[in-house]
Amino acid sequence: MTPTLQLFLVISAALFSIGLLAALSRRHAIFILIGIELMLAAANLNFIAFWRFGPASQNPTGVMVAIFSIAIAAAEAAVGLALVIAVYRHYRTTNVQRLNQLKG
Amino acid sequence: MAGVITALILLPLLGALCVGVARENYARGVALLFNTVTAIVCFILWWNFDTSAAGLQMVERHAWIPAIGAEYLLGIDGLSLLLVLLTSFIFPFAFLAQSRSAGGRGYCALMLVMQAALYGTFTAHNFVLWFLFYEMSLIPAFLLIRIWGGNNRDRAATKFFVYTFLGSVAMLLSFLGIYFAKGTFDFAALAELGRSGPLLEGNLAWLAFAGIFLGLAVKVPLFPFHTWLPDAYETAPVGVSMVLTGVLSKMGVYGFVRLLLPLFPHEIQVLGPWLLGLAVCSIVFASLAAWAQSDLKRMVAYLSVNHLGYCMLGLFAVTTSVERPAVEMQAALSGVFLQILNHGITAAALFYYVGLLEERRGSRGIGDFGGLMQRTPLLCGWMSVAMFSSLGLPGLNGFVGEFLIFKGSFMLTGPATAVAVIGLLFTAIAFLRAMQMLFSGPLTESCSAFPDLLRREKWIVVPVTLLMFAIGIAPQFVFNIVNTTVVQMARLFT
Amino acid sequence: MNPWIVDYLWLVPVVPLAASLLILAFTGSRSKGAAALAIIGQLAALILSVVAFLPSLQEPGWRAFHNFTWFTFGENAVRIGWVLDPLTAAMLVMITLVGLCIFVFSKGYLAGDKDFSRFFGYLSFFSAAMLGVVIANSLLLLFVCWELVGLASYLLIGFWIHKPSAAAAAKKAFITTRIGDLGFFLGIFWLYGRSGTLLFYDNGNGCLEAAGLLAIGSSATFIALLIFCGAVGKSGQFPLHVWLPDAMEGPTPVSALIHAATMVAAGVFLVARVYPLFSLGAIDGVTPSLTVVVWIGVITALMASLIAIAQADIKRILAYSTVSQLGLMMVSLGVGGVAAGIMHLLAHGFFKALLFLGSGSVIHGCHDEQDIRKMGGLRKVMPVTFLTYAVGMMALSGVPLFFSGAWTKEEILHGAAHWPASHAPYYLMLAGVVLTALYMTRQMIYVFFGKRRAASETAHESPRVMTMPLIVLAVCAVGLSAIVTPAWPWLHAYLSGEPAHFEMAQLIQPMLFVSLALVAAGIGLGVLIYRRAGEFDPFARSQPAFFRFLENKMWIDELYAHTLVGFSKIAAVFSDWMDRYIWDGLVRALGAIGQAFGILTKGVDERGINAGIDEGVTGTRGISRVMSAWHSGQIQTYLGAVAVGMLALLLFYAWLA
Repeated sequence: MTPTLQLFLVISAALFSIGLLAALSRRHAIFILIGIELMLAAANLNFIAFWRFGPASQNPTGVMVAIFSIAIAAAEAAVGLALVIAVYRHYRTTNVQRLNQLKG
Repeated sequence: MAGVITALILLPLLGALCVGVARENYARGVALLFNTVTAIVCFILWWNFDTSAAGLQMVERHAWIPAIGAEYLLGIDGLSLLLVLLTSFIFPFAFLAQSRSAGGRGYCALMLVMQAALYGTFTAHNFVLWFLFYEMSLIPAFLLIRIWGGNNRDRAATKFFVYTFLGSVAMLLSFLGIYFAKGTFDFAALAELGRSGPLLEGNLAWLAFAGIFLGLAVKVPLFPFHTWLPDAYETAPVGVSMVLTGVLSKMGVYGFVRLLLPLFPHEIQVLGPWLLGLAVCSIVFASLAAWAQSDLKRMVAYLSVNHLGYCMLGLFAVTTSVERPAVEMQAALSGVFLQILNHGITAAALFYYVGLLEERRGSRGIGDFGGLMQRTPLLCGWMSVAMFSSLGLPGLNGFVGEFLIFKGSFMLTGPATAVAVIGLLFTAIAFLRAMQMLFSGPLTESCSAFPDLLRREKWIVVPVTLLMFAIGIAPQFVFNIVNTTVVQMARLFT
Repeated sequence: MNPWIVDYLWLVPVVPLAASLLILAFTGSRSKGAAALAIIGQLAALILSVVAFLPSLQEPGWRAFHNFTWFTFGENAVRIGWVLDPLTAAMLVMITLVGLCIFVFSKGYLAGDKDFSRFFGYLSFFSAAMLGVVIANSLLLLFVCWELVGLASYLLIGFWIHKPSAAAAAKKAFITTRIGDLGFFLGIFWLYGRSGTLLFYDNGNGCLEAAGLLAIGSSATFIALLIFCGAVGKSGQFPLHVWLPDAMEGPTPVSALIHAATMVAAGVFLVARVYPLFSLGAIDGVTPSLTVVVWIGVITALMASLIAIAQADIKRILAYSTVSQLGLMMVSLGVGGVAAGIMHLLAHGFFKALLFLGSGSVIHGCHDEQDIRKMGGLRKVMPVTFLTYAVGMMALSGVPLFFSGAWTKEEILHGAAHWPASHAPYYLMLAGVVLTALYMTRQMIYVFFGKRRAASETAHESPRVMTMPLIVLAVCAVGLSAIVTPAWPWLHAYLSGEPAHFEMAQLIQPMLFVSLALVAAGIGLGVLIYRRAGEFDPFARSQPAFFRFLENKMWIDELYAHTLVGFSKIAAVFSDWMDRYIWDGLVRALGAIGQAFGILTKGVDERGINAGIDEGVTGTRGISRVMSAWHSGQIQTYLGAVAVGMLALLLFYAWLA
């Protein structure tokens, strides 16, 4: 079976959907963060796939961007986790349904 | 003699400041002190006044706001001097007339401001300056009535203010119109323009005329613009009534002589019969209405309208008639000037007497008194002198003025004058009715404890009455002041 | 070369004036000094008058005057002055003499009054004013004094201040005479305007002299009639006579002074003084203005003597008699010229003052009763009063030969008989003579004859201070006849400036018999009717309706009250009403319009503009409240919304593709 673009896109979409589902349905902030990481991974996978099957796949530009994105995701996860911890310290909970201080 | 007139105007203002910082009890004393000083200044003016010279004297002329033609121009001629003297004469008595308790610092200070404004009005010869003073007198008058008035003072004061102020606004607009057309605010220059040809063209002239006429007619007041007067005079405290009728009402007549008549000879000629009609209505209806009053003060107020009607009759006769012999014009003008003075003295005295009665009785309905002659013969006697003076009995001041007015206007406009003499009859009826009800008959119980004239009251009554006799018997000293001005004005109006 | 008195003639009025001022200023209310001062003043005036009278005897028609400037207006001078001529001199002597008698009489009459001094002050003032009228050489000065006379009479009539009727009468007198004065006033202006001067005599430039009369020309008739208005008011002529009978409210000496001898005569004097204006352009002695004078006089004379018949008040009878005699004087001026009228004026001054003082004596004796029906039989208790009264009565009725009134009246009848314009006045005057004799006889019989009735039972003769003046006046009334007879018409000649001749044959004129017959008829008729008169008037019994008509003064007062006075009052109330509701209403309407405009703009502002913005703000707030409700703060909801949005976008693109 030859890996085709469609296959990658399907996997990526599935990955994205799982991430989205996690982000929308879980109450715990860490799980939401994980869901977001999943969606980010889906996006990276998409990006790589389009580069690999694109017209200029000899240059490693797509890989560069994907690696850069992963690095940013790592930083973002670190910031996210730190925020979650700060929130937890302040509110003694990580349940996002209770964190509704921004409501109008 | 430069600066005397300015000093005259500034002194009462300074007095007002001093009164403001004086102790409440001394306010009247300070005011009287300043009045003494102004009286001396007035005598200096009179002393240095050259009775034979025509035109303005002791002129003070400085540039003020050149951009709009406003000049600081003060000066006196016979008429101005006469009115300045009248003002100086009435005010001290107005201060004395107010009982010590009523009105302290504020009252005296406002009166002094009004006095300064009046001096200014009678001596300014540039419209802007004149108007400034003219309006400046209005505000103290309003406040005095509003704060120290009797019943209904709120309404009366507002009516007085709004009424006269509307007139003033109309006048101001008219003068702006004249200024834009002719570029000057100087009375003498405007009079010269009015004499040499129409001041303005067409409808504009009529508009300007109407505006000034309205402003002055309200001030005089001329029938039918007089309805603010009985209310205001009735409500005002005694001293203010004296000043209102004695001096303030002269501003209107003065304005007619200075402004309207010289500036619009043509318009006045065209409207002649109507204006005469208004003057005659003033005379007849006011004296009739006086007869019907039950309030003594209102009666005197209406007779004030009537007496000023004589002034207007004389002035309109001089300016509207077709044939104008110099003798008759001079007679009418002399009569008007003398009448201005006479009415000032007599009407002020009458208001003073009404005040005395009101002070004793607590009310001033004609029917509230009776048989006073048995209780207070002196008060009745002196009051009768003022009443007879007002109804024009020979030997007292009123007669000479009325004689000359009628003498002049009869030959100038016979029919109007013939109707106007009816006013003399009704004036007499009104006064005699009042005398009958007040002085004679059985003594009313409520009047049986009246004190007769007190010493401090005699200090007011005697000099005023003596002046009435003096003018009635030997009026030459008054005519000396105005004669040259009369001749000059008669020439202006021919 | 004029005698010194010409330059000092002003002293004649000024002395009583000074006396008056001194009395009013310095004497206590019941001071005897007041009477003394007044009498001394009057005596001095009398002496001065006599001194002034003497030079005028030197040559017929002598005249001297002294003019000066009162004041100047503009470039013109108002000049006044005084004149001394036969007219003035004769009037001066009569007024001061009668005045003196009245002053002395008053001292007794008012002895008990609490305002004794004030009375003499007023009396002196009156005398001064009247003398001023007489000496004036300027219509202006005359008018000034004329008005002062009016003032004095106002004060004197209303002297008893506690009596409301006196105050009303005083007011009526002043106002009624002032009505006439308005005409007079206008006449003065007309005259002044035409002739340029108000001086009567001024070396040929006066308004009564040739040059002045020429300048006046055709307007003389109107001027004369206007001046006559003043005389009508002052002299109680029809239709302005109504004040005179009411003026009897004053003390009786006042009635004598004012309403007999002097003030009411001022009107006649005025006409006499400005006679050249009346007679200017006369044809055969008749001018329109003089004709008016005659007819007014005739009407007045006849009407008043009719009314006098039915009056019960002793003073009112005399008052109407005065009105009637003044009418007679007017007729005389109209038909016969100055001299005849003034002669009757002088004679009337004496005998009417006598009658009034006599009536005062009667009233005093009867303890202030004035109703003649309550008197009677007084001739025995008051002999002096009775005799002097009888002299006065006969002089008034015109009993010939010994009484001055008879001669002067005869002259008037003579003039009327020869008046070219009409004979009617003559016959009417004859009727008047009969009526005069009739009402005087009636009064005499009621007061002095018959039974003594209620008021006269305790009557007593008056003190000497009151009877002496009566005697003096009676002597004058008789004595004056010496110089007014046709045999030696000295007074006539003196007044008209001609030399007098004595001619005994002239004494008996045909007119003497006419008047004799008429007077006899009048007195006889009176005796016949009133012989047995009791409290009820026989005339009233026979002619009740006519009597009532006369008794109520022909209802003229009521007529005036319901027409002129009523109309004026309505006019006054109307003016007041007009002022309050029309003129002030207009002002208030303007004010209301202004206010309404204010309310309108306020409404627009509050309901329109302001409310609109308010609504907008409220709406925005509502929307934002809804919107803010959507912001639940649930982060997953937001995220879900993003997801849904993304899905929708995807579907949209899919649909596009």
